[in-house]
Amino acid sequence: MNIAVDQDKCCGAGQCALLAPEVFDQGEDDGIVILLNPSPAERFRAAVREAADVCPASAITVDLRP
Amino acid sequence: MSDTSGQTPHYPFSPPGALEPPQEWAPLREGCPVASIRLASGDESVLLTRYADVRQLLSDPRFTHHLDSADAANITANESGGVFGSGGTNMGADTHRQWRQLIGKAFTAKRVSAMQPGIEAMAEHLVDEMIKQGSPADLAGALGFPLPVWVICDLLGVPDSDRDRFSYWSDTMLSLTRFTQVEIDAAQAEFDDYLRAHVAAKRATPGDDLISELISLVGALDGRMTEEIMMLTAKGLLVAGHETTSNMIGKMVAMLLADRGRWEQLLADRSLIRLAVEESLRYDANPGFGIPRYISEEIQVDDITVPAGTTVVCNLAAANRDERQFDHAADMDLTRSPNPHLAFGAGPYACLGQALARTELQTVLKVLLDRLPTLELAVPVADLARREGLIVGGLRQVPVRW
Repeated sequence: MNIAVDQDKCCGAGQCALLAPEVFDQGEDDGIVILLNPSPAERFRAAVREAADVCPASAITVDLRP
Repeated sequence: MSDTSGQTPHYPFSPPGALEPPQEWAPLREGCPVASIRLASGDESVLLTRYADVRQLLSDPRFTHHLDSADAANITANESGGVFGSGGTNMGADTHRQWRQLIGKAFTAKRVSAMQPGIEAMAEHLVDEMIKQGSPADLAGALGFPLPVWVICDLLGVPDSDRDRFSYWSDTMLSLTRFTQVEIDAAQAEFDDYLRAHVAAKRATPGDDLISELISLVGALDGRMTEEIMMLTAKGLLVAGHETTSNMIGKMVAMLLADRGRWEQLLADRSLIRLAVEESLRYDANPGFGIPRYISEEIQVDDITVPAGTTVVCNLAAANRDERQFDHAADMDLTRSPNPHLAFGAGPYACLGQALARTELQTVLKVLLDRLPTLELAVPVADLARREGLIVGGLRQVPVRW
């Protein structure tokens, strides 16, 4: 699983940081997404997929290939 | 965009019941996804009802809700256009992005999570008061209306004693038809005076509230963010965070109690609270007017040309019931996941306070399930009545017993 985030698109809603705090965080100064781990373990798959699906800015892309 | 009936329908539509969607939505989604409508002002506009179309338009950074171009439609029956009128901050995309980043830091998931215990204490206090008054009670008035005002006043450093005045000002600013222009102007002037004095007081004696933080940012930025923008920001946060969440608390509880099997499902499994809140947001058939967008350059929506100068209204709730996006969209499913609903909008202008709103809704639900597991509606669903004449949709009362 490989993840990419687009910080220019991010609107700081924070859904990803709530759903998968091991993978996503938000900048202290602006609330913009920070990718903590671009290739997280399989156990985070469901949370990461949900984060990408519900991101209001479509700023998260997930490539599920190992 | 052609008008097949020969008569442009008036918008907003009237629903058959307080929790039900207007009958117009489904046929529009099917046959006329880019529809001509007539607004309360008499001006013409265009309505979008499909999920993909609404999401596409809201995600397009070129278009904003600022309707002060000469040819933009006037949404309200009064002159100023209320919250969508010229009184708002008129920022371009770049300025908006800077502003949003400054404010965004107050609403990160971490900061909002840190506010949760305080919100839970407020909710418990309000529920205690409601229990003390005795069953039956109006949950909208006892809990839904006060809680978000308390939270926002806390955030802004406003004293508890001024909460009632804030509620009134917030009400008038969101009026479509309920208040006269004179009342709206008077309330805006009072609110401006109050905020100016509040900002001055915080400048003299800073606290650990958002206003104090904004003041230090404005000073540090040296003109990048003017004081006027800060005033409008404070006002915007209050207006955006009060009515919307207040009404949603009432509607959420009403929807969950309307079919008591839903309430029992939550009593049996509290881990569904988060998904139940998301599904309530999606299923809400009465979120209000929708989100307007001024189309400054020609675009294509569903292969239909929308010319420059058009005012488009994105109906989020109609989009949230689009079968193209959601399986069994007409059913409320408390286990639905993922749930990419558009209740908070989408794209660069999506709701800034959505983490806070979610936290308030989840907390209310948790406290109610813990304290009042026997909660039920005290009237038939058919007797629930909508609040009319405001941009944000809600229920007049949510009578409950336990």
